[in-house]
Amino acid sequence: MAETHAEVHRHPAPTGFIRKYIFSLDHKVIGIQYILLALTAVLVGMIMSVLMRVNLSWPGSHIKILETLFPTGAPGGVMSAEFYLSLVTMHGTIMVFFVLTTAPQGGFGNYFLPIQIGAEDMAFPVLNMMSFWVTLVGFLVLLTAIFAEGNQAIGAWFAKLGESAWAGGSGTVGPIGGWTGYAPLSALGKVAGPGQGAGVSLWIISIAIFCVGSLLGALNFITTLLNMRTRGMSLMRMPLTCWAWFTTAVLALLSFPVLLGGGILLLLDRIAGTSFFVPGNLYVSGSLVPLHNGGSPLLWQHLFWFFGHPEVYIAILPGMGATSHILSTFARKPIFGYRAMVFAIFAIGMLGFFVWGHHMFISGMSPYSAVAFSILTLSIGVPSAIKTFNWLGTLWGAKIRFTTPMLFAIGFVSVFVAGGITGLVLGQTSLDFFFHDTYFVTAHFHLVMGVASIFGMFAATYFWFPKMFGRMMNETLGKLHFWITFLGVYAIFVPFHAMGMLGMPRRYAQFNEYEFLKNSKGLVTFVTVAAIITVAIQIVFYFNLVWSLFWGKKASDNPWEATTLEWTTATPPPHDNFAGHVPVVYRGPYEFSVPGAPNDYVMQTEPEGIEVSTRLGEISGNGGDGHRH
Amino acid sequence: MAATVTGTDRLIDATMGGGPGSRDGNGFHKNGGGGAEDGHPLRFSPARYRIGVWVAISSILMLFVALSSSYIVRSASGDDWRPIVMPKVLWFSTAVILVSSFTMEVSRRSLKAFNDAGYGRWLAITLILGLGFLVSQLLAWRQLVRQGVYMSSNPHSSFFYLFTAAHGLHLFGGILALGYLVLRTTRKRDTVESELKRLGAAEAATIYWHFMDGLWVALFLLLFFWK
Amino acid sequence: MGRLLGIAIWIITAASVWMFVSGRWWFPEAISEHGPRVDSQFMITIVVVGIAFASAQIGLGWVVWKYRDRADSQRATYSHGNNRLEIVWTVVTAVIFISLAIMGQRVWASLHLHSAPPGSYTVEVVAQQFAWNFHYSGKDGAFGRTDPQLIDDTTNPVGLDDTDPNAKDDAVGATLVIPANRPTELILRSKDVTHSFWVPQLRFKQDLVPGMAIHVHFTAIKVGKYELACAELCGMNHYKMKSFMLVLPENEFNDLVLLPPNEFQTRKDELLNKYQLPNY
Repeated sequence: MAETHAEVHRHPAPTGFIRKYIFSLDHKVIGIQYILLALTAVLVGMIMSVLMRVNLSWPGSHIKILETLFPTGAPGGVMSAEFYLSLVTMHGTIMVFFVLTTAPQGGFGNYFLPIQIGAEDMAFPVLNMMSFWVTLVGFLVLLTAIFAEGNQAIGAWFAKLGESAWAGGSGTVGPIGGWTGYAPLSALGKVAGPGQGAGVSLWIISIAIFCVGSLLGALNFITTLLNMRTRGMSLMRMPLTCWAWFTTAVLALLSFPVLLGGGILLLLDRIAGTSFFVPGNLYVSGSLVPLHNGGSPLLWQHLFWFFGHPEVYIAILPGMGATSHILSTFARKPIFGYRAMVFAIFAIGMLGFFVWGHHMFISGMSPYSAVAFSILTLSIGVPSAIKTFNWLGTLWGAKIRFTTPMLFAIGFVSVFVAGGITGLVLGQTSLDFFFHDTYFVTAHFHLVMGVASIFGMFAATYFWFPKMFGRMMNETLGKLHFWITFLGVYAIFVPFHAMGMLGMPRRYAQFNEYEFLKNSKGLVTFVTVAAIITVAIQIVFYFNLVWSLFWGKKASDNPWEATTLEWTTATPPPHDNFAGHVPVVYRGPYEFSVPGAPNDYVMQTEPEGIEVSTRLGEISGNGGDGHRH
Repeated sequence: MAATVTGTDRLIDATMGGGPGSRDGNGFHKNGGGGAEDGHPLRFSPARYRIGVWVAISSILMLFVALSSSYIVRSASGDDWRPIVMPKVLWFSTAVILVSSFTMEVSRRSLKAFNDAGYGRWLAITLILGLGFLVSQLLAWRQLVRQGVYMSSNPHSSFFYLFTAAHGLHLFGGILALGYLVLRTTRKRDTVESELKRLGAAEAATIYWHFMDGLWVALFLLLFFWK
Repeated sequence: MGRLLGIAIWIITAASVWMFVSGRWWFPEAISEHGPRVDSQFMITIVVVGIAFASAQIGLGWVVWKYRDRADSQRATYSHGNNRLEIVWTVVTAVIFISLAIMGQRVWASLHLHSAPPGSYTVEVVAQQFAWNFHYSGKDGAFGRTDPQLIDDTTNPVGLDDTDPNAKDDAVGATLVIPANRPTELILRSKDVTHSFWVPQLRFKQDLVPGMAIHVHFTAIKVGKYELACAELCGMNHYKMKSFMLVLPENEFNDLVLLPPNEFQTRKDELLNKYQLPNY
């Protein structure tokens, strides 16, 4: 069919509080909504982690607030083992889904992808709005799990839906199977332990809802990027943030349906008497389980990790994009090896689909497939290394401005290296004999997900806050936030490796049962103190956000002297992003310190005619607007 | 800072690859898809709906791939794999959905040929056939329940109910889309934009419908002719 | 700020490296035949990891120090990269990583890509919430039939069918007893949910999956008593699903396994008290 184009009636900006700020179709508002959700979720997740640390360091502590809120799970304010495990589960679930899979993509991506490619909005604004609200509903359902298990009355109400799958009120704050929810523990219902009734069922439903929200978002990102780039914005002129959001969306598109499928099967095993994951002849808590037969617990693991591995790249890729972008901006230098960076993003994304078995080396699956997964896993280290080299290359010969976003971007490189490099250890089958399910694993994924990814979000926040809200964030508070957090996260997570070296298993409510763990006491206490300080300092960040909204220094349209399209438009951007004007792009996104140019930055919209001396002082690489040298 | 609007002659530079319209060093067209002319209002490209529906299809396909892989794995994992006898009405289901793909194609081509009446008529017929498919699925369920075959009876029956329910749900979504398009045939269309949107939507709906058809055939074969 | 950041990164790097090289937090001593091979593969890996980690961090610290904006009129170097450099460091990285990957399969292959050697001593391990059960075949070397219908958590935890003649001399206990310097085969099963067999000194870990009987083997070479922990979240008391593994010298072991069931239990408890845990 011949492609024709039409004029579009520009829709007037919405009026009324509800249409402007609640049920808004504007990608900018939706982006902020996602960020607010993430800021709330991360607070809950951090509080849970501090409670966990206190329990591990000083078992038997009386925590007054627990006694009031959860008298069954924490009698006398002393956390029970099952209460601890429910914290582990909810901490992981909340952080991975409602923080790492919302803010980087749904938050900043929603806000800035359309602007950075010169579009008016996302391709499907209604779907975009729905994606946020569906995600929020998912979060509310997850919070319900806390109360369904934590509160007797609510738990009893849920029990009416079915004793086995829906009994609640066990006193925990949710299910106790970890965010990975392995079957059959998660499939058997109440008989498998406290928290495994209503807690698990609500958890599954929450995640299923989240899957749908995520898929709606991914659909939008991909279509928008492919269909709505403005004139001159070729793929190879897009900022690396856009490449990252695009690849992340593709990963989400293809991995979340698998989790959804697995979740449906798990729920059916719980409520419909099916046996997808539950074998027969189980003897649980003193009696035989007659209902199931022939299911495969490994099948759950395959489905979960086929999703789970791409998920961790979903969590980190936007941060990598933001880091590249911010490093280049404040180094006043083009990104080193733009094309290699794009290739690396793709390679990481694609390879990410072929390595899920490295979570399952000792699961009982075929040891031959373990070998294949292991070799593929170490291969993923290569594109990650390329990115690291290129970040260093970007900083070499630079003229670095140490603003707060830059500090966090540099911090990202540091913690990503620290966390990623231990993947070389964990990815080997022979070493997994020792390290599987120990704190060495927890060290690895916290450094990459819980730190690097969060640093990407911090960098993005400090960087884009002026554009979003028209005011600068306070630099002094920002630097204070950075320094304590940077030192703090290393203090927390590097010792985790040492605990892993001792053989310390994950998800243990206490460490006092085993002699081989007795030398861990000092480490455990040290980490808890560091964690309390690091979590506490985040108050400065929250305070800075709120204070700057009202009293921050007013921001110009381009306070950072950056080059991409969001800095060509007003601060904050108008409803249609470019005030009726259509941006035209003439060059690549990282034209800094161009010899002969009047400023040390040239915006993407700056037309040809600027004298560009392409030979002087330049090494081979990609040209500023994508051409090869 | 607003981008400077300059004359088009300065912008085209084949060697340096500057400006819109030319190719960059990597051979990519410098235009964004659906990009706009300088000074003109933003264009809408109906490719948006087509891209969107393909993206959605790949996602839905992944869901069914996951469930199908589970089906295959499960068939080998226990000792209780006893495929149910196919309810005969499913042959009717298959025939109905195949015909409905055909009628959907006729509808789309009518629209392309500016035959509005034909478009609307065949759209309605497709919708009715779609409903007929869903009814036949419910009949199949009823037949099985009468024989005492439920979701929990054995793993094959579990998958049968699950696949038909999941497919039926997505097909129902397609029916709602068709219903919306049918309603739209009554509305006045006055702009080029809305006409393009209609074409784009009809095309996207057709692609989706064919996908639902193909998916049914694949599931049907998997359930009753594999192993 | 650049200098401060550079120094901070270097200090963090030094501290992290120190944490490893100080040896204060290290593996417990290996007691299996394949253990030293795991440890040497780890050493190779951690040296590569350490060099990569340290050089990247030192490099990062150096560039943020050296290339800080000194408020002069100099501009940054205008460079989009260097293709040759990209190729070189990509190839070098790939060679190192793939080599590590291949080397890292050797011990795994030696343990998992072939079955237990003839002459292995076989024990059936049946895990449950929250205990370990070990089923010994007794003097006849044949395992009696088990049936979940017969399970009683106190009197018959693995559901031994005493109508089966092979079951007559079978013993079921809570401690794992295996011979030193002779291959041990374990048949790993679970009654309820997934657990994981973990003895750090053995350098061996394997999940126990309900519905599966997983065969693994290894050879313990150092006599002693070692703690056994569960390494797969199995419910609320996962953290204290504890037992012991006794590695006995050949003669002590041979005497023990020929004993009839009740004498077996008594003798085993005596040995459990005789041997001590390692010094940590």
